[in-house]
Amino acid sequence: MHSRRHPIRNAILVIVGFVALAGEVGAADLVAPSVQKTLEASFSAKGQATLARLAQDKTQGLCTHYATSPIPAKVVTEITAMGFATIKYPADGEYLGDWQRGEQIAQSGLGKQSSDDVEKPAGGNCYACHELTKAEIAHGNLGPSLYHYGKLHGDNDVVKKYTWGKIYNAEAFTACSSMPRFGHKGILTAAQMKDLMSLLFDPRSPVNQ
Amino acid sequence: MVYFSKRCAMAILLAWGAVAPLSAAEAVADPLSQYREMLGGDNPADLWVSRGEALWTEPRGPRKATLVQCDLGLGAGVVKGAYARLPRYFSETGAVEDLESRLVSCMVQFQGFKREEILASRFGDGERHSSDLEALVAYVVTASKGERMAVPQNTSQEKRAYSMGKAIFFYRAGTHDFSCATCHSADNKRIRLQALPNLTTPTGAQAAYTTWPAYRVSQGEFRTMEWRLNDCFRQQRLPDLKYGSPAAIALTEYLARNANGAVLAAPAIKR
Ligand code: HEC
Ligand code: HEC
Repeated sequence: MHSRRHPIRNAILVIVGFVALAGEVGAADLVAPSVQKTLEASFSAKGQATLARLAQDKTQGLCTHYATSPIPAKVVTEITAMGFATIKYPADGEYLGDWQRGEQIAQSGLGKQSSDDVEKPAGGNCYACHELTKAEIAHGNLGPSLYHYGKLHGDNDVVKKYTWGKIYNAEAFTACSSMPRFGHKGILTAAQMKDLMSLLFDPRSPVNQ
Repeated sequence: MVYFSKRCAMAILLAWGAVAPLSAAEAVADPLSQYREMLGGDNPADLWVSRGEALWTEPRGPRKATLVQCDLGLGAGVVKGAYARLPRYFSETGAVEDLESRLVSCMVQFQGFKREEILASRFGDGERHSSDLEALVAYVVTASKGERMAVPQNTSQEKRAYSMGKAIFFYRAGTHDFSCATCHSADNKRIRLQALPNLTTPTGAQAAYTTWPAYRVSQGEFRTMEWRLNDCFRQQRLPDLKYGSPAAIALTEYLARNANGAVLAAPAIKR
């Protein structure tokens, strides 16, 4: 896709929004109780997918509520601020890992499904939605192309910090994004996220060839 | 014969990886159309259809009764055209039912089967083609092939099922925050190389709904709409969708009604 987002501008907007944040919209009253009840009656727990997965957190509730209408600016601010507050940056200040492991994580679609083995690490399945390299033609297009990501964004800490935050909780920068909140929801570990960061930023990574 | 076809199809699907990188869309369409060509108009689903016809007409179950008294919405025993007009409200059960839950109701009512027994093999598991339900669905669906979708909405129950289905379609939950809309509410989108129909538009809903149920080449099985929905819920990281549950029926009502006007082409042959 053509339009790349402006990470730095986005980050500033989020911080400004944080301060301006006024009252919150309750999540519980957003979805009709009849919908919750119907869902609870219609599923049975299977493997790691328990019935608890049917309950919504506040962000999911708000995004469902505004799924077919424009999200009011105030709610956008609320969602991004909530997302931003969850981001945990690497404790050792190091953003990078191993791009080859990152490539494997980006390829793997395993994880969190009722049919998946809980003992095995989850993947990020980035290729399901993003183009990342020219070698992998079997990529989806729900998200923008990340080919040449590091090359285009440059090697600096602001961009790395933004990208880490984006992978950790995509909602911090785009309210109601289709991208999962990999760090916040415990899909990927910090070590896996570092490997993915290298896939995006390492000059030797096929993403930047 | 199906086994042989499946092996051929698998070979073609495996060769997929070796296909020269044309465009992604061509790479998707190619192996399946080769397979269809190889079958020369035959559909492996026919095996399920004839088994389903036998299951419909043979006396079975504790009551040793047939299903020919089963009302699929157009009157007792009328099979032709029934699937194109489902789901619908049945006053006798006081509920909106899709074909699959209706078949279970009839098997319980006329043949005396236990619900749990029937549901124990709701989906077949590979080469054994063990599900009677899938066979019955194949038979009933085929009797509507070529008919125009005309799902009624005359009762408040049907209207409620439609809006419930729509609400569930947009309901975001689970570890990955997905709803059906995440993958199915924009045109020309793909997950990997799999084309994602936009189920919120008449064109997208029609193309998808009228080609299900289907023979799934990659599994060598005939698969129903409830199987399709359950597998998308699995991808959504949600628990197991109960067969014939209110959510399954409501979603089917939403998709079927959005497909009204289109000609039913199921059972189709899918990846
Ligand atoms: C279900 C689809 C989906 C998956 C899976 C997914 N993304 Fe995304 N991603 C998106 C969408 C849609 C956007 C654009 C909207 C937004 O910014 O949130 C996006 C945006 C991004 C961006 C911001 C790009 C920019 O220019 O600012 C990055 C970086 C990113 N994704 C990385 C990843 C990584 C790494 C993975 C795998 C761990 C991944 N994504 C998995 C859908 C997805
Ligand atoms: C993470 C993405 C994703 C989500 C979420 C998802 N689906 Fe799907 N869906 C797919 C993919 C991929 C296919 C194509 C599968 C294939 O080709 O094997 C598909 C296929 C379908 C089809 C058949 C389309 C056809 O033409 O054969 C229907 C109908 C459908 N999905 C409905 C739903 C419904 C209803 C939901 C919500 C309960 C849902 N999907 C959620 C990814 C998704």
